[in-house]
Amino acid sequence: MVGVYVAGVGFTKIAEHWDKDLEQLMAEAAVKALEDAGVSTVNAIYVGCALSEYLQCQANLGALMAECTGLVGVPAFRSEAAEASGAAALYSGFCDIASGRSEAVLVIGGEKLSDGLPEEVSSGMLMMSGRSWYEGFMGADFYAISALLYRLYSKRYGDEGIPFFPVISHEHAEGVAHAQYPFKITLDRVLESPFIAEPLRMLEVSGIGDGAAALVLVSEGLARRLKSPKIKIFISSATDYMNPFDREDPLRLQSVMLSVSKVLEQAGVSRGEVNMVELHDSVSILGALCLESGGFSPPGAAGKLAMKGEFGLNGRLPCNTFGGLKARGHPFGATAIYPSRGDISPAYWACWEESA
Amino acid sequence: MRVTGYWRNISFLYRLAGWKCIHCGTFHHYKPVVCRRCRSREFTQVELPGSGRLIAYTVIRSPPKEFERYAPYSIGLIELEDGTKILSQLTDFKEDELRDGIRVEAVFRRVRVNGEQGIIEYGYKFRPVLSRS
Repeated sequence: MVGVYVAGVGFTKIAEHWDKDLEQLMAEAAVKALEDAGVSTVNAIYVGCALSEYLQCQANLGALMAECTGLVGVPAFRSEAAEASGAAALYSGFCDIASGRSEAVLVIGGEKLSDGLPEEVSSGMLMMSGRSWYEGFMGADFYAISALLYRLYSKRYGDEGIPFFPVISHEHAEGVAHAQYPFKITLDRVLESPFIAEPLRMLEVSGIGDGAAALVLVSEGLARRLKSPKIKIFISSATDYMNPFDREDPLRLQSVMLSVSKVLEQAGVSRGEVNMVELHDSVSILGALCLESGGFSPPGAAGKLAMKGEFGLNGRLPCNTFGGLKARGHPFGATAIYPSRGDISPAYWACWEESA
Repeated sequence: MRVTGYWRNISFLYRLAGWKCIHCGTFHHYKPVVCRRCRSREFTQVELPGSGRLIAYTVIRSPPKEFERYAPYSIGLIELEDGTKILSQLTDFKEDELRDGIRVEAVFRRVRVNGEQGIIEYGYKFRPVLSRS
């Protein structure tokens, strides 16, 4: 397998970008990534987006992005895997380089949720989280499923510290230029926010935002010839039964367990050597379940460890270092492509903040 | 969801009828090509028991667009008498009546009006078992 390196990074602020289309957001991020890498073309383009057919009435994002980045002629495809659409595009791009077929690929993730009303975004999430004729038919949306998981968790372990996950994410987003909600919130504010599906509260779920992020991935050979800073990456992915309640233990995310174990094995790194973790905290309880299923916290202990400060920027294992899905923002197809604090050089960061 | 997709699945939505793998016993609420656990291709059609226990529930207050007119509505996770777990809307309850662990039973109800054509779609919902007094 050929080693795979990130040679260029580009991303937009996550916000409600009223004056920009999805394609402009994605093109901005992509062009930045190409400039950052110092390459003029790539062998293939992989685009991740979850809901463009529904919210923008737009399909065929591969060819669209080839045109918008001035790379017409380059093969280009779109991947869809719900909120993991960006990760799916990254996976495809990674495999293309790792197989030896391509030397450089462009991976773009984007989503423009503000084109829909909040209830339309919820409909989109309903499409993503279950079968349309089962969960979709009865209106058991993502928040309903998450709320039921939250209840099962509380019954088994108690809910201590779970509402603290949004507090951590907001603390880490404070002052971050590309974050949608770059300010702190208190635990009391989380607890006082209204239920959207009890026991899940409004301030325990991510908001609606637009954003795009892009990476240029290159082979080991090309990485040596490029001047830009490079990071070697590893990727793994896994699935589980669509409905969590069809799983042996709904509170154990098999997909997280498998993919974390596989990627650490590939990288030759043990859990104790991991310096920071990005969690899928689109709802608070999922942040905790990701940590526990990934083997970074004993089952039932993530909330208590969170309260002790273990996941803060100065803690044992900093989580959601730019604010996670909750505070940095969660434009579905772009989410997996956005960098963490460990991914970006101080020089790039200073430059980005200045341009923002 | 399209009306055709609804129509293809009414045996489950009307009667809780589905397919049980004859090798590993896994119940499928959809028509399987292979068993999702053991990949067997042999199934027998069964109807799930219409009663069970409410394991957990929630109330949807900011629903998806197509459910706005029904909000707030309740979604329950139910363990049926044979151990199968299913999701369902809850109905016919007083506010203080819903508690984890109560016995519930299936009823046939109008679930929603779908699309611009206004097609009325029916299906199962669960309600607390009526006490005999």
